[in-house]
Amino acid sequence: MHELPQNLANGLMLGLMYGLIAIGYTMVYGIVQLINFAHGEIFMIGGFGALTAYAALPHGTSLWLALPVMIIGGVIASVLTATAAERFAYRPLRTAPRLAPLITAIGLSIALQQVVWAFYPNAKKALSFPQFAGDPIGLGSFHLQRNDLFLLVAAPLCMLVLAAFVRLTRTGRAMQATAQDPDTAKLMGIDTDRIIVVAFALGAGFAAVAAVAHGLRYGQVDFAMGFLAGLKAFTAAVLGGIGNIYGAMLGGLVLGVAESLATAYVQDVPGMHQLGGGAWANVWAFVLLIVVLLVRPQGLLGERVADRV
Amino acid sequence: MTALLEVEDLRVAYGKIEAVKGVSFTVEQGEVTTLIGTNGAGKTTTLRTLSGLLRPTSGKILFEGEPIDAVPAHRIVARGLAHSPEGRHIFPRMTIEENLLLGAFLRRDAAGIAEDVERACTLFPILAERRKQAAGTLSGGEQQMLAMGRALMSRPRLLMLDEPSMGLSPLMMQKIMATIVELRAAGTTILLVEQNAQAALSLSDRAYVMTTGRITLSGTGADLLHDESVRRQYLGED
Ligand SMILES: Nc1ncnc2c1ncn2[C@@H]1O[C@H](COP(=O)(O)OP(=O)(O)OP(=O)(O)O)[C@@H](O)[C@H]1O
Ligand SMILES: [Mg+2]
Repeated sequence: MHELPQNLANGLMLGLMYGLIAIGYTMVYGIVQLINFAHGEIFMIGGFGALTAYAALPHGTSLWLALPVMIIGGVIASVLTATAAERFAYRPLRTAPRLAPLITAIGLSIALQQVVWAFYPNAKKALSFPQFAGDPIGLGSFHLQRNDLFLLVAAPLCMLVLAAFVRLTRTGRAMQATAQDPDTAKLMGIDTDRIIVVAFALGAGFAAVAAVAHGLRYGQVDFAMGFLAGLKAFTAAVLGGIGNIYGAMLGGLVLGVAESLATAYVQDVPGMHQLGGGAWANVWAFVLLIVVLLVRPQGLLGERVADRV
Repeated sequence: MTALLEVEDLRVAYGKIEAVKGVSFTVEQGEVTTLIGTNGAGKTTTLRTLSGLLRPTSGKILFEGEPIDAVPAHRIVARGLAHSPEGRHIFPRMTIEENLLLGAFLRRDAAGIAEDVERACTLFPILAERRKQAAGTLSGGEQQMLAMGRALMSRPRLLMLDEPSMGLSPLMMQKIMATIVELRAAGTTILLVEQNAQAALSLSDRAYVMTTGRITLSGTGADLLHDESVRRQYLGED
């Protein structure tokens, strides 16, 4: 068990990334009760936006200088995709039965993957993403990958900005009101259509930041990367209590740590030796999802459904 | 002098089912106007249409002489109409103060808003005591006071109240009714929807009886209070 600190650190890094993506699921759900299954692809498109911005910079630009430009490129790509999806795919179905937007979301998810696959130059295979060079940073009993430093700074900063936005700004208060009671929010003079766009855009922006972190961490982006990341982030959102932004980050962290520890240690449990290791890494998220849905369907920080109405 | 609100031949449908079938009435400046009617008569549907939450299939709504039937719901409050909805619909996870401030969402005059929060707290002292408490923890009657206070925060020229006495104890109901009288005395124009006909009619200047989507009777509050059919149907007398 001497690698425990290292496995915990890895899990927390993964968790910060899941949490950042999960915020998009949870904010949109909190306001329009829609599971935007295309959110994984909005995350993926953020990665391609960042890569495109990087490619547009003069050859040999240092990654430190390039990073802000890449973030902006990723955020623009994700936000444009998400707001267009809201406007043209989801808004016309606002009053349709719940199943219609859900099926649309799944269709959109597949369509966005295929569009990137077909039209982004050379995207039929994974494209390499710039990384910071250098050895991991040793911190006593564990070390941190240099490329994860971005996540360590960006994720808490995003959370702080979001918390301040929701609590302190007029639009943030309008957002809370719309989540609690959309018709009554309209009676207060709140343009709820605009608030819905803001929710989609904020979630997309955070997903783009997560995509930059993902690219730095793995050194590549590919058209299908939104699928697993999206499903895991959705799990994180449910785990934390869907609709709750702090829950999304908490759910992400719990999921990241659980995944990391299960991958490392489940095989040591007597009789479970065949379940461990990297081959099973992507299974634990869904095991956790099933357990949460059985034991505490409202999630860690979620209210019971009766309290939400 | 035109009426503050004029509704002409209003029709509203949910899908194929028509809930309001050609309703006309007026609300005069400074008066309390009441719509009474049995369950499902279309009173709430009418108010939600006035607020823009529902779209009429036909008919006219004139507020201060201007048509408002095509104005989106979130722009209605800026025109001077405030709506305290049926079932109160306070924001349960926000504090009482935050609920009141949301009532003033479109206003930018911080001083005026602060003054009106105080005014709401004077009108309903319980709100002052619980100011920082989540609104969901209030009793039904207290929530009703909050909903009324919140609606007043936009300084409306017309206040619409949908069944403010619903589910309240007789004492709470008296308090709400007394507040309506107080507001009227202060010059607020009110459109009231009530099932409690006795209480509502005795404080109304003008009243309309709605039955299955139509207005079947109208007159002054006193007229209707003494009307045979109203007494039989709504005041439980045979
Ligand atoms: N969302 C809806 N969808 C379909 N029909 C509805 C809807 N809301 C109301 N109705 C129907 O429209 C008619 C009028 O309802 P409305 O709520 O306006 O009546 P009301 O006079 O306010 O009744 P109450 O005194 O019970 O509040 C009723 O027949 C009701 O069943
Ligand atoms: Mg009603």
